[in-house]
Amino acid sequence: MKTYLRFGVLVVAIVGTLAWLAASGINESKTYYKTISEVKEMQSAVMGKRIRVTGDVLPGSIKREGEHVHFKIHEKERNLQLDVVYIGKDPLPDTFRDNAQAMADGKMLQDGSFHASAIAAKCPSKYEAAPGKQPAAQPLNAAKPAATS
Amino acid sequence: METLGAYAILLAFCLSIYAFAASLAGKLKHKPFLIVSGERAVYGVWVLLTTAAGILVYSLLTSDFRLAYVAARSNRAMPLVYKFAAWWGGQEGSLLLWSWLLSTFAAVVVFTNRRKHRDMMPYVISVLAFTQIFFCILNAFVEPPFQVLAVGKGVQAVADGNGLNPLLQYWLMAIHPPALYLGYVGFIVPFAFAFASLVTKQPGEAWIATTRRWTLITWGFQSIGVMLGQGWAYAVLGWGGYWGWDPVENASLLPWITATAFLHSVMMQEKKGMMKVWNMVLISSTFFLCIFGTFLTRSGIVSSVHAFAQSSLGTWFLGYLAIAVGVTTFFILKRLDYLKSEAHLESVLSRESSFLFNNLILLASCFAVLWGTLFPVITEAIMGEKITVGAPFFNKVNIPIGLALLLLTGVGPLIAWRRSSWESLKRAFRWPTVVAVLTIAILAGFGVTHLYALVSFGLCAFVIATIAMEFFKGARAISVKNQMNMLFAAFELTHRNTRRYGGYLVHMGIVIMFIGYTGAAFNKDTTKEVTIGDRFDIGRYSLQVKQVTDGDNPNYSWQKAQIGIFVGGEYLGELMPERRVYGSSGQPTSEVAIRRRLNEDLYLNFASMSQTDANKAIIQAYVFPLVSWIWIGFYVLMFGTLVCLIPSKVKYSYAKTAVVGVYAKQTETAK
Repeated sequence: MKTYLRFGVLVVAIVGTLAWLAASGINESKTYYKTISEVKEMQSAVMGKRIRVTGDVLPGSIKREGEHVHFKIHEKERNLQLDVVYIGKDPLPDTFRDNAQAMADGKMLQDGSFHASAIAAKCPSKYEAAPGKQPAAQPLNAAKPAATS
Repeated sequence: METLGAYAILLAFCLSIYAFAASLAGKLKHKPFLIVSGERAVYGVWVLLTTAAGILVYSLLTSDFRLAYVAARSNRAMPLVYKFAAWWGGQEGSLLLWSWLLSTFAAVVVFTNRRKHRDMMPYVISVLAFTQIFFCILNAFVEPPFQVLAVGKGVQAVADGNGLNPLLQYWLMAIHPPALYLGYVGFIVPFAFAFASLVTKQPGEAWIATTRRWTLITWGFQSIGVMLGQGWAYAVLGWGGYWGWDPVENASLLPWITATAFLHSVMMQEKKGMMKVWNMVLISSTFFLCIFGTFLTRSGIVSSVHAFAQSSLGTWFLGYLAIAVGVTTFFILKRLDYLKSEAHLESVLSRESSFLFNNLILLASCFAVLWGTLFPVITEAIMGEKITVGAPFFNKVNIPIGLALLLLTGVGPLIAWRRSSWESLKRAFRWPTVVAVLTIAILAGFGVTHLYALVSFGLCAFVIATIAMEFFKGARAISVKNQMNMLFAAFELTHRNTRRYGGYLVHMGIVIMFIGYTGAAFNKDTTKEVTIGDRFDIGRYSLQVKQVTDGDNPNYSWQKAQIGIFVGGEYLGELMPERRVYGSSGQPTSEVAIRRRLNEDLYLNFASMSQTDANKAIIQAYVFPLVSWIWIGFYVLMFGTLVCLIPSKVKYSYAKTAVVGVYAKQTETAK
């Protein structure tokens, strides 16, 4: 029984340490998903928290200034815009361009702009639905557009 | 043609149902001819799915743009290789590949076991056929690959297709999905045998022996798949990392972790008849995680940079998993008696205990990765708010786990079964410990202060020393006895017990990979807007942007930055990072340029031209120390896996010595 007790103590110690590491890791890196309207509505509440905002990149709004990239994302349904400044070091994804669905990770600043440290982007969906330059063609037996992978 | 393909899938679906029903009914009603007809049906499914897959590939190769799948994934200008790779470039094709691989494996299993394991085979076939039914449903009804494009009522071809996603037009990416899928699909075979042995209450460990090769080969393919993914991320995605803890990457890692745990803990069962329930649970979880991984990547449940499709697949996968997990759990619980352990743990300082902790830690890692990946889903379900965790979480948990595993890699193989004395431990680990301490001291002397890096390098030295000692001791014994030189003796030694020494080689590969990963602690990076002709510095390098050229070809147009590299005034050649815009999709990609060396990689990315000044290029430069060792370690790991697969020259019977010992003791006391 003594052997099993020793095992128990060791197992509890290992699992405990890992759980503690996990908990602190979660606290360090947890990021809240918010929509642009949520961000606009509760400015003070989201201030200082790490959040992830998703929206379509406003065509023509992407501007590089030195190491930073400025752009706007918008929510079509409610006609809201958010100014984003990308301050991260990694290169922007290749899929990041006008009309792309972009996901910005970062924090809100007092002046109402959003400082993003990471950007992920998905291709605009019109690229998926229109093969070639003939947008009239649609799949025959299902209306769903082919998806990217 | 496409109609034929669609019908082939439908027929395969029906035939799988037959194979499932016939095998089960044949077994339960004791009708051998039904069982045989079920086996024939498995071959039939393979023929049908091969036809369907062949038609899809043929359409891709001949650019048949009447098909929606071809038009969306291929274009005329694409090289032939990528036209072929477009088979798995999208949702429908990938699932067809899964299905086809499954049918192939099923056919191989049926063929190789046509005279063996007659009592288990019906259940093996039903597991395979049941899964085949599921994938055929996806192929036939949920994600059909043979849809035609139409305007109004007529079928119409488009002039040219969209082309394969440019990010996927890279040789590593062309073979990454099939390798990973071979690894995913392959685990169904050991699982099916485990399940069959559970249902039929097989005496002994027949299922482990039969599926040992399968498991190893499959594990090897999974390692290849995971590594190719890393190599691709490093060389193509342009952010310089090889691992970002993205949900899709995690999905490929999860079954690999449990499979690794399984490979270790089956040894306990073979040698000591312990951990029987545990092994059942491990092999089942591995297979379920493979399905789950496909589900994660295919259903879009967790948002990922890989931008996979959103689709209705999710419910189907969850349905399948629910049934499979339910049935397996039921049988494991029902057969608990039969899975009783034949021996007990005797000491904390024993081989058994090192296996136990290896499993505990691997499983903890698996759980942490799973938890982190599903965190957004879990928090949304519980708190109604989607919260995600990033790389810091995964690193914080997994780096200590990795180091602990590294330590066990060194300790485990040298510790005795049953119990070890402190004296023998001292003897075994005196020199490795000295080597480790020396390594740390020397590195610290050179000014390395990163704690984890020091520990990691120390442990790497420790493990390398233990492995080297094992080879040395064994080889010397042989060389003295047979008058051989040490090198031949080492070969002879490995050949005598390929499983053990191949295993050491795999460990060696892992250690070398750890050296590469540890290099990441010393990464450097910078982003500069440079006027053409100017220089900038990173680390010891001085980089000069000489000129920017452009041009185009039918597939894409390109822009290259020509960058000269200098170290301390000496010219080392040049690198040409490139930007491409693909014609058919209009998607830009970056082609990084890498100067690969054993000590460090210089990695350049041409981000774009400056938007404010036409004479300035934006260049991102990185220095990645030791990263090449990751790939080298991987080759060693593959080599070790191959060695494990070679039959040993001397047949070591895994006789359960310890069990006999216990039995002997009991009879003694009985007297």
